[in-house]
Amino acid sequence: MLTYARWKYFVILLVLVLSTLYALPNIFPQDPSVQVTGNRGSQVDEALRTRVADTLSKAGVSPKAVELDQGNLLVRLNDPDQQIKANDALRDQLGSDYVVALNLASTVPAWLEKIGARPMYLGLDLQGGVHFLMQVDQKAALDKRMDATAEDVRVVLRDGRLRYESVERRASNSIVAIVANAGDAEKARQLIARSQPNLLLDVQGNTVSVQVPEAELQRMAVEAIEQNVGTLRNRINALGVSEPIIQRQGNDRIVVQLPGVQDTAQAKRILGATATLEYRGVVENVNPYDAVASGNVPPEGRIYYRKQLGPDGKPMPIVLNKRVIASGDQLVGATSMMDQQTGTPAVSVRLNGVGGQRMFDYTTEHVGKPMAVVYIERIPEVRIVDGKEVRTTKVNEEVISVANINGVFGKEFQTTGLDSPKEAADLALLLRSGSLAAPMDFIEERIVGPSLGRENIERGLTAVMYSFAFALIFFLFYYRVFGIITCLALLLNMLMLIAVMSLTGATLTLPGLAGIALTVGMSVDANVLINERIREELRLGLPPQTAIAEGYERASGTIADANLTAILAGVALFAFGTGPVKGFAVSLIVGIATSMYTAVGVSRAIATLIYGGRRKIKSIWI
Amino acid sequence: MKPFNVFPYDSNINFIRLRWLSLGIALAMLLVAIGAMAVNGFNFALDFTGGAVTEMRFQKPVDVDDVRDRLEQAGYGNAQVQTFGSGNDLLIRLQPKEAAEGASQKGDTTASDVQRALAFEGNPGTVLRSEVVGPQVGKDLAINGLWALIFVVAGFLIYISFRFEKKFAVAAVLTTLHDVVVVTGWFALSGHEFDLTVLAGVLSVMGFSINDTIVVFDRVRENFRSMRATPEEILNKSINQTLSRTVITSFVAFLTVFALYLYGGGSLQGMAESQMIGIIIGTLSSIFVACPLLTLGFLKVTKTDLMPKAKDEAALARRP
Repeated sequence: MLTYARWKYFVILLVLVLSTLYALPNIFPQDPSVQVTGNRGSQVDEALRTRVADTLSKAGVSPKAVELDQGNLLVRLNDPDQQIKANDALRDQLGSDYVVALNLASTVPAWLEKIGARPMYLGLDLQGGVHFLMQVDQKAALDKRMDATAEDVRVVLRDGRLRYESVERRASNSIVAIVANAGDAEKARQLIARSQPNLLLDVQGNTVSVQVPEAELQRMAVEAIEQNVGTLRNRINALGVSEPIIQRQGNDRIVVQLPGVQDTAQAKRILGATATLEYRGVVENVNPYDAVASGNVPPEGRIYYRKQLGPDGKPMPIVLNKRVIASGDQLVGATSMMDQQTGTPAVSVRLNGVGGQRMFDYTTEHVGKPMAVVYIERIPEVRIVDGKEVRTTKVNEEVISVANINGVFGKEFQTTGLDSPKEAADLALLLRSGSLAAPMDFIEERIVGPSLGRENIERGLTAVMYSFAFALIFFLFYYRVFGIITCLALLLNMLMLIAVMSLTGATLTLPGLAGIALTVGMSVDANVLINERIREELRLGLPPQTAIAEGYERASGTIADANLTAILAGVALFAFGTGPVKGFAVSLIVGIATSMYTAVGVSRAIATLIYGGRRKIKSIWI
Repeated sequence: MKPFNVFPYDSNINFIRLRWLSLGIALAMLLVAIGAMAVNGFNFALDFTGGAVTEMRFQKPVDVDDVRDRLEQAGYGNAQVQTFGSGNDLLIRLQPKEAAEGASQKGDTTASDVQRALAFEGNPGTVLRSEVVGPQVGKDLAINGLWALIFVVAGFLIYISFRFEKKFAVAAVLTTLHDVVVVTGWFALSGHEFDLTVLAGVLSVMGFSINDTIVVFDRVRENFRSMRATPEEILNKSINQTLSRTVITSFVAFLTVFALYLYGGGSLQGMAESQMIGIIIGTLSSIFVACPLLTLGFLKVTKTDLMPKAKDEAALARRP
């Protein structure tokens, strides 16, 4: 008999309400906006707001709203052109005290955001922006490290007063040292083993061959790419792009996506910017705050600013020696670790031979005194002044750590006294990210204009709407009452699909929109199977209500088998596809899954509502 | 109320009798597809070959030959230029020059080079989109596509063997692979551009094709259990019973993809095309190829293949 459990109706109602709620944010358009954030302790307050408003009106831009929000200033604008104009005007006016970034501001009401409802994230092809794929030259990174290791071996032998004929790098990542006297070979081996215990050593006659183990090489490769990712992240943060994607891909590639950014030339320059670091002694007998106030700086010193903020909310000044002890190009590696003596987080740093020697000389004379690490970044900038391109370089200098020298050390030393393992990891990353571990090539580059993005959305939506309309009209015409039921099921299916994709934070791409259209096409199959089956049962002479129940019952098994195999194909697409293909696969998988529920569960519930109950029905419209 | 119908319900077309003809045609299509792939190869898009593509929009329509000449003068021979959309939009594909300053400058210079070369008087153009893709990426993608294919085939074989029977699994996979090869072959034959979204479309054809075949097989399984007839009669009956469903589903699915083809714009056309052909081929093959395969050689099904095994075991267990 045709019945449907009451609790299942509640489930459907619940699904309907939840789907509507979570699909709802997508109908609120996003405002193109410019976000202003304080840099180096600059205040974001009413004064800045007035300043921004003045700047905008001078540039002929009329903003929709200028809002203060959690230490940020958000300028909402009417269209992307105005956004670019406002961005340029503000960037020039505010200078380096503030980070000015393009953003898309949500207009979703707060109560919706509170329950976690948010719009789908749009892929670059629908929003505009740039996409880079960069290849890290692992060979160059390895070469750099091997050269450093060879240099270390040389220094060890020299320090041990062993005469050697040559220290050479060989292919297959080994170094061969030939000592003058065969008798010294064993002693050389011991010296090298003591200074670098992780190398594999072998003595034959007067040659010591040094092999870098596979695990060590692997570690070097991973470190190189992580260092590059870290460097890129720092630089992009400085660029102030909202929601950038910086990802390691495979063994030697890095993906960078910057939504909303249009000027690739500028983006490329920043990504390729150079940065380095320097070790400098601290000039102690001066109060840095007085020095800043009076301008009286000792001749050997210079004022720097620390990364940390002082009690006044501004970066703390510090006076450092003009003489550089060691610099970034002498840095071979930095790893965060636990200090074995104190058990506190620490960062272990390795310098090359030359840097190590100078560090040794300096620390011998300055035990117990503080030493600072300065991070320096050079970013080329291009501005248009009077219609001409003017190229300048912006230099950021920042003191990232100050620590006391505990004892004499050389090329390998530790910075201890850090508060947490995270701080240690961050410092190690900053030290490493001073420079790129290996050069990178841009092997793929994609720019999508914002207007093309808008056009893509419009085209995609039109296509989905038409495909939907085609299906609905056909069903209404062909199956009549059951056509209406099918249409209702399809509509809920669409709503669920949008809700699930919004809720899971899936990215909607143009092929993703195609996936939605195709979902409509595939999900009709379940409904057709059911409707045709009901017709068949009717022809076999079953009473209408029994025919409906039988139709749903018998079609369910077929639908499950057919759809599960189709999902299997979707999973493969997702697992092996990249970028746009993945977006297509996601909407296909989700769509098939939701269509199974709506076609079997929901349409049956509606059919029961119409044809169920006690009364006898002579015929049905199908 | 009499139902509205495309196909008469008592259709009794003898598809199995046509099997040699239908399988022959399917084989011929397969051979043509493979031949086209071997002889013509594919018109691989940037995603696979590497290179640079620039989309530009001009205020007034431009002369494509003029554009080609200008690009040649700028040092880009063999540039592919085509108009799309309203005719004011240009799609330019070319091989970037080996930049002296190193690879990192490549993309930068290409887009601006193109823009400079195409600076028409009184008809300014804007760059809508520009892309540079390394060929290395393409190789990875092709390999990934192959892996996806292997994964899907293995998955189908396991799932269908488990739910139906080994013979059905082999027949369904053969049918699906046939469809995929034919659709892929169409792109080799027509020389239409083969890009990433087309690859996605081709792979989704597998989903559609297997779906169609499974529905027919499902009915075959059901009929084997309830009917007393020869396997050929049962197969024929099953195809006829599901015929109207097969045609309606395919018709509606085709309509939706056709909407995509009409309104989706240039970047979705390849995908829609692969799916339109896939739907047609997939529908035909589930009717004309899948079931006939079940009457041949080692794939020949018998009633015992499909009797529910669980029942036998339960019956055996009840015996003392």
